[in-house]
Amino acid sequence: MEVAYYPGCSLHATAKEFDLSTRAVCGALGLKLVEIEDWNCCGATADHAMSDDLAVGLAGRNLALAARQGMTAVLAPCAACFGRLKHAAKALAAGAGELPDDLDDQAAAAVKVYNILDALLHLVGVERLQEQVTKPISGLRPAAYYGCLLVRPPEIAEFDDPENPTSMERILGAVGAEPVEWYHKVECCGASLAVTNTPSAVRLVADILTHAQSAGANCVAVACPMCQTNLDTRQAAAGQRSGAELDLPILYITELVGLALGLDPKQLGLGRHIVDATRLVKVAFEHPEQPAAAGG
Amino acid sequence: MEFPRGDERVSADPDFLEQVAARSGEKIAACYQCAKCTAGCPMAAETDLTPNQVMRCIQLGLRDRVLGASGIWTCTSCTTCTTRCPRDIDLARVMDTLRAIALESGVKPAQPQVPLFYRIFLGLVRRGGRQNEVPLMAAYGLMTRNPFKDLLLGQRMFLKGKLNPFGPKVRNVEQVRRIFERAEARSRDARKSTRDKSERAPGTPAGDRESAEAGEAWK
Ligand code: SF4
Ligand code: SF4
Repeated sequence: MEVAYYPGCSLHATAKEFDLSTRAVCGALGLKLVEIEDWNCCGATADHAMSDDLAVGLAGRNLALAARQGMTAVLAPCAACFGRLKHAAKALAAGAGELPDDLDDQAAAAVKVYNILDALLHLVGVERLQEQVTKPISGLRPAAYYGCLLVRPPEIAEFDDPENPTSMERILGAVGAEPVEWYHKVECCGASLAVTNTPSAVRLVADILTHAQSAGANCVAVACPMCQTNLDTRQAAAGQRSGAELDLPILYITELVGLALGLDPKQLGLGRHIVDATRLVKVAFEHPEQPAAAGG
Repeated sequence: MEFPRGDERVSADPDFLEQVAARSGEKIAACYQCAKCTAGCPMAAETDLTPNQVMRCIQLGLRDRVLGASGIWTCTSCTTCTTRCPRDIDLARVMDTLRAIALESGVKPAQPQVPLFYRIFLGLVRRGGRQNEVPLMAAYGLMTRNPFKDLLLGQRMFLKGKLNPFGPKVRNVEQVRRIFERAEARSRDARKSTRDKSERAPGTPAGDRESAEAGEAWK
């Protein structure tokens, strides 16, 4: 199956490994990604905080370009981009906001937007995923962290339960990992304020990571580059603040799935994290004493 | 936050509730102060005006108190409040509306670095169509007179291949520019109507209007 691919700005820079691993995993699973030609920034948090018209215009342009390329579905791995694109599609469908004259509002509104979890679960499917696992990552006990934008607000995300989502756990279970039970899955990590109010972001990061650690996690799985960057780069400061020894690699769900599909850790970008993630590769393929049931 | 004491004179703007409700499309009068929004708000512990207090102040027409609050700038847009409100009020959207009104009416933001960051962010998108962390952080560092903030982190990220100072630009950047221009024109109209309203409003501090021009959101 073919889908349009909207990497967004961060997958070209701070989240390069999300881009690499998404392309590798989708390729291995038979999902053909066609990058939207000449895509622009979706506006992230800055635009809707300033102007509705800008929010719909910037995100909507990308949908219109995808439609022009003949695509009916777009994969936006970044949770923030996913939210902005979906919001724009809905606003355009409702006639709130317009695109420049040479772009087709209605065609843009008709494009279906998927986040990466949704794509893995519904465009690929758990069974297909399970079939392709060659190296179950049974040594990993990830804390599945969704943050805000994947599941909220529910009318926009239209994806999983906004208070207790389980999609990521289903995917992690299917590739052999044993996700932990914990209670901070959807707490905000403060990424949108990480630059302008760093101490607040550090407080939120500390809270999330200490809970993940005490729940027995040996890594955190994410599907949002803002969450990844915030939890990864602010982890040292968060450790200092909370007095806890924090040492949790923050991995994209696609990196974890990629490992289980037997892809090369280097190709998945595992060496690019601030908190070292490469040492997890060995742990991942160790079999725990009481093997967890694969599948989930 | 401290609500006004009995002996304190506060001037209310009777149109403020209607203005925010109309602009956001949210039924602000429906808030019955259950504070469920505040219970889940990650920033409630360090804000001067919690989400339910913001709502109450709007209902009471306490325009200056709301627009001058740091709470509207510390909000992370996480939409926990929106998701949980039993009255179906989209609070995160109300916060967006308040930020826009605050900028348009020239009230000095309690946390000026937040709109400054947005402005630099959008300025870069306007110019190149895409975002790039390197010029973004450089410009923000210079403008907040703290060019070394996160410099070490930046270096480590660069070494990990996480920063790409030469990211490609959008080819049809003209189209992006038109999106900005249209949004700007609409915001000018909104600003004008905000100003007309505040001319009638007794609670508007003098000097607000002169500085309104400075509230240009993304120039
Ligand atoms: S949750 Fe809704 S009804 Fe309750 S205080 Fe907040 S805004 Fe008002
Ligand atoms: S959106 Fe803003 S006000 Fe609402 S819960 Fe999140 S931080 Fe608090």
